[in-house]
Amino acid sequence: MNLKGCISAAALSLFAAFPALAQQPVKIGMITTLSGPGGYLGQDVRDAFNLAIEMEGGRLGGAPVQLLVEDDALKPGQGKEIAERFMKTERVKLLTGIIFSNVAGATVPDVLDNGGVYVSPNAGPSNFAGRECHKNYFVVSWQNDTLHESAGQNATNLGFKRAFVLAPNYQAGKDAIAGFKRFFKGQVVGEIYTRLDQTDYAAEMAQIRAANPDVVFQFHPGGLGIAFARQYQQAGLLQNVPMVVAAPSLDSVILKAIGDAALGVHISSHWNSDLPNEANKAFVAAFQKKYGRMPTYYAAQGYDTALAIAAALKETGGKVDDVNAFSAAMRKANFQSVRGSFRFGPNQHPVHDWYSLRVERGADGNLGIVTKGKVLESHSDIYARDCKL
Amino acid sequence: MPLLIEQALNGLQLGVMLFLLAAGLTLIFGIMGVINLAQGSLYMVGAYAMAAVAAKTGSFWLAAPAGLLAAAVAGMAMEYLVIRKLYARDHLDQVLATFGLILFFNQMTTLIFGRQPLFVEIPDFLEGSVPIVAGVRYPLYRLAIIAVGLATAVGLYVLIARTRLGMLIRAGATNRDMVRALGVDIRLLYTVLFGLGAMLAGLAGVMAGPILSVQVGMGEQVLILTFVVVVIGGVGSIRGAFAGAMIVGIVDTVLRAFLPGLLRQVMMGPEADALAAGLSAMGVYLLMAIVLLVRPKGLLPAHG
Repeated sequence: MNLKGCISAAALSLFAAFPALAQQPVKIGMITTLSGPGGYLGQDVRDAFNLAIEMEGGRLGGAPVQLLVEDDALKPGQGKEIAERFMKTERVKLLTGIIFSNVAGATVPDVLDNGGVYVSPNAGPSNFAGRECHKNYFVVSWQNDTLHESAGQNATNLGFKRAFVLAPNYQAGKDAIAGFKRFFKGQVVGEIYTRLDQTDYAAEMAQIRAANPDVVFQFHPGGLGIAFARQYQQAGLLQNVPMVVAAPSLDSVILKAIGDAALGVHISSHWNSDLPNEANKAFVAAFQKKYGRMPTYYAAQGYDTALAIAAALKETGGKVDDVNAFSAAMRKANFQSVRGSFRFGPNQHPVHDWYSLRVERGADGNLGIVTKGKVLESHSDIYARDCKL
Repeated sequence: MPLLIEQALNGLQLGVMLFLLAAGLTLIFGIMGVINLAQGSLYMVGAYAMAAVAAKTGSFWLAAPAGLLAAAVAGMAMEYLVIRKLYARDHLDQVLATFGLILFFNQMTTLIFGRQPLFVEIPDFLEGSVPIVAGVRYPLYRLAIIAVGLATAVGLYVLIARTRLGMLIRAGATNRDMVRALGVDIRLLYTVLFGLGAMLAGLAGVMAGPILSVQVGMGEQVLILTFVVVVIGGVGSIRGAFAGAMIVGIVDTVLRAFLPGLLRQVMMGPEADALAAGLSAMGVYLLMAIVLLVRPKGLLPAHG
């Protein structure tokens, strides 16, 4: 044994004598979407999660953590593969990060079956929220339907009676319209399913004008929504028929791309950058300082996810090995969410408030998303009652 | 009735956009025998160049030519560096190479402009809408698209049928070797022609910028419909591309606009909506299948 070997052996035995000093960092596996048009979603979740770790000096809940990040490129197969690698070769027990429901659908069951814990910062598909709920599966963001339920309630609160609804012809689009209708008390005068590959909405605009509704609800994620909003303005509908949307159709990034076509649009969301609670003020200021851009609500969810994990790690003394103990600690949600009140419902999905927001021109002439009031208080989801945990 | 007129205009407008893309594609295929999948990328290049210049200078009159120029230069560079080596190869090699070009252009655009879609404003003088018949207003910008598209179609016809360049193009399509034997630099001719096709795609991109979202992958969204137009019209024929584009534009719009209403007369609301969405999505492809069955070479084939 050479000298170097001697020293490291001595160091090893020293560390063995004081395990607390040599605590292994908790590995957290983040599978998220960083490439493609949806890439900014994963980027905000990752950056906000890192921010939370940095604000605690490389720790979460007092425990040193190591965040492993991989891009799923919005491919379910790739997400599953990464999860397998994380769990088998890196021995990761705690996973998070997935943005899109189709990736979650392929990846999450594997994680849970292999004895891991999954904490979702975004996707909350209905099939894992009801009968198939799991004690080691947590959703910090929202259950998918509730986004559009809040939009339906918002339209009802704003006094609209006749709604025209549009969404792309795929699962999330159909869920959006179902969710909206569940909470909208007025009459639906027109319902159109657009195509996922459609970029020109002139035919739909003419139909909206012909139906002459009080309000239009639409769900068109990403680039589709940008094209839709701009053509809505160009068709001269924006001044005459108000639009109600859920948070994914109009975040601060999309707002930049559509400009004045967003003016006056009603949004419902669980978070906004101007929410007056202290945790949020600190988060928004720190995020802007570090990254030089406004956080989207995806960032807020990434940050809340990190805080929820931190609270659980604090209670278990930085251990994830006993998954049941960790999940029990998670369930308490003993942290200060940036969206104000927050707790987990019986299916471990959030019970929180929804706000009515509106796009307005600020004093500086720039467009901003401004909170106007509450839409729903301590709102859960309709699947919670089917969950027997 | 006003709704019908408005939807017909919408169909016409979609048709001329498709024509600009399909004209370049069919010109390149009919005359050079190259299947260019990257035509959609040239459309994207046009839109991005226009968006970037408009954001920098704020001038539409600088931005629009910049978009056309960028697409033409990108097209000619593409021909010179890649396509030229593929004339003698079979179509599968061409498809593979031009598919590679799509990936290249998408990644390059992501590197330069990032993933966030760009914002392009409608020029002030085309803002707003105008009354066309009693009770119907139509966006001025879309009328401008129709006008520019139709003017381009006429211009192309004159170019191909009445000018010396057009004569060379037609001659090159019929017998490449004979044209070369007569002392014409056919390679230069092809490069110019490719640039022309690229510029048409760029023009579509420039005009689409303010109404659609300028983002990576926007070319692939229109590519499939463009191929449908080329196949329906007859591969290699400009007249065919024009007819095909008009038919596809109008059929697609009319199905989307009126099918749900018709089906709702005979079925329950939600079921009618779901079925109508499915049928109107299939519509143009069904049309293509029927055309191919009746006239396997397309409606107006290039040669006989």
